[in-house]
Amino acid sequence: MLTRFFFALRAAGIPVSLTEHLTLLAALEARVAEYSVDDFYYLARATMVKDEKHFDRFDRAFAAHFKGIEDAFAGLFGKEVPAEWLQKLIDRHFTEEEKAQIQALGGWDVLMRTLEERLKEQKERHQGGNKWIGTGGTSPFGHGGFNPEGIRIGGQGGNRRAVKVWEKREYRNLDDTIELGTRNIKVALRKLRRFAREGAAEEFDLDGTISSTARNAGLLDLKFQPERHNAIKLLLLLDVGGSMEGHVRVCEELFSAARSEFKHLEYFYFHNFVYESMWKDGRRRHGERTPTLEILRTYPPDYRVIFVGDASMSPYEIMQPGGSIEHWNEEAGAVWMQRITQRFSRHAWLNPEPERHWDYTASIGIVRQLVEDRMFPLTIDGLDRAIKALKA
Amino acid sequence: MTQKFSGTERYVATEDLMMAVNAAVTLARPLLVKGEPGTGKTQLAEEVAAALGKPLYRWHIKSTTKAQHGLYEYDAVSRLRDSQLGEAKVHDIRNYIVKGRLWEAFESDTQSVLLIDEIDKADIEFPNDLLLELDRMEFYVHETREFVKAKQRPIVVITSNNEKELPDAFLRRCFFHFIRFPDADTMMRIVAVHYPELKRELLSEALNAFYKLREVPGLKKKPSTSELLDWLKLLLAEDVPREALRTDDPRKSLPPLYGALLKNEQDVHLFEQLIFLQRRQQSRS
Repeated sequence: MLTRFFFALRAAGIPVSLTEHLTLLAALEARVAEYSVDDFYYLARATMVKDEKHFDRFDRAFAAHFKGIEDAFAGLFGKEVPAEWLQKLIDRHFTEEEKAQIQALGGWDVLMRTLEERLKEQKERHQGGNKWIGTGGTSPFGHGGFNPEGIRIGGQGGNRRAVKVWEKREYRNLDDTIELGTRNIKVALRKLRRFAREGAAEEFDLDGTISSTARNAGLLDLKFQPERHNAIKLLLLLDVGGSMEGHVRVCEELFSAARSEFKHLEYFYFHNFVYESMWKDGRRRHGERTPTLEILRTYPPDYRVIFVGDASMSPYEIMQPGGSIEHWNEEAGAVWMQRITQRFSRHAWLNPEPERHWDYTASIGIVRQLVEDRMFPLTIDGLDRAIKALKA
Repeated sequence: MTQKFSGTERYVATEDLMMAVNAAVTLARPLLVKGEPGTGKTQLAEEVAAALGKPLYRWHIKSTTKAQHGLYEYDAVSRLRDSQLGEAKVHDIRNYIVKGRLWEAFESDTQSVLLIDEIDKADIEFPNDLLLELDRMEFYVHETREFVKAKQRPIVVITSNNEKELPDAFLRRCFFHFIRFPDADTMMRIVAVHYPELKRELLSEALNAFYKLREVPGLKKKPSTSELLDWLKLLLAEDVPREALRTDDPRKSLPPLYGALLKNEQDVHLFEQLIFLQRRQQSRS
């Protein structure tokens, strides 16, 4: 029972397990949801989906599956509704004049097909122009009492009734492919934390000492515990200015989230692309710059490097000496990039531009090659993938 | 199971929330509730307990809370002290076992409601440590070699603010509900439940101002239901005329008593700036 539904959910990328499926069946057996599709929808969602970011996927899978069920139901009658039903319908609803008009339009079949197409179109576009149903005379469907109900008797109903709960797709913006908020970023970045116990026992453990002394009938028993700290060190290189202006807020959030998560977090800014120097303070960017060579020397190779930038620029800025738009650079940005990736083998590039636009910008392609295809969109999902790449 | 939860006098439950609660009650599985802060997650447990007439046990989780705290703690220090004072009760270890909230809920003769509040505050392993206890509703006390089993499986309501991801194994055992930010209609009902004497016009003006405020881009913390209710309380107490609530009035900068809605200096600044810009545009045109 409902096995097809279960696999449809899995196919939609919702991590449902057998446990949850059995729970749903148990709930149905206990009559938690009775005779109403809405109830069943709510129950199934509460049982199968454990994260609001999957709600939208669930809604889509549910809609698709449910539509399938209705189609199967319609299949009971065969594909065609018996012709005499339609004939009766026509007799009941249309005047002679209108019937003649139907004939003029190429007969019933054609009319039905056109109507279906128009309905589809109309649904997609919400409000259309003058050829849509019910808009005053110019449409062949405007006057005959055709409406979605009328069609449903024809066996094509179901997908064009009033919008159901799961069709509203109210949770679309909770899907994890959308952009980030500070909190989301924090959650994602925490995955990068890896607490490790390093070295011998170091910290004096007061609670442990009291407890073990007490257990020891009052004889002092000192306890130490190894110091725990985050073993991950992070170097964040952020693009500011230029085409990044629009993304500054997202980057700001990423940065503020990152700062509280790591003990060893260093950051530097660059403009458009990395060259021989970067800076830490935007106000003094023209004065206090740090040579990139110094950065390469200072931080050991176990630092992970995350670039944040839209990588959208003229290819010259990457490939040519002197290509920078701000100053004369002796060596091409690509050379510096290679030095950085050689020193820090674990690196990733986060790009706030939507992933589907990447192919349209030449410089993004070049940067992707330079970072060995470790470019990820600045979404939760992308951050997840980036962190996976950084862990390896 | 014949009792069904359908909201209370003070709590407006949406259809999907009712379904999730009833499923959790019927199958005696934990219910995990997530949602924006201030949408009534914690209150849900209280209202479920009130509606079904069951005792409520609250267990508030902090970053230092361990799973063991919910079961029991062995107070070794006071036992040591008693032994040095030569007290008689020192011979029975049971005197030093302090029961946790989970144990108390298990012991209840009638079915109880157990609230585990803000589970995401605790260590990442915390939910895993409670798997068996919440699944079978039983645990073992090592010190006394005692086996504690729930007399009646309690209704467990768990809230989370999404600060940490919860382990899959834990999620599998729960029903899940995400409390959405209520739409305008639901909000009307919620407010009506709390302030029945509030005038209708005042309410719709206030809601307008509130939703407009929520739409201001870039707010660090959007005002939520509980803040709206606080604000309305203040408006009522101050007897603010409804005309004063129209924020598009160019002469007024902020809605009255905005402190209840905006909790963040930067947000107030941002809002003032927007108002200022708007006013300038209006005076130009």
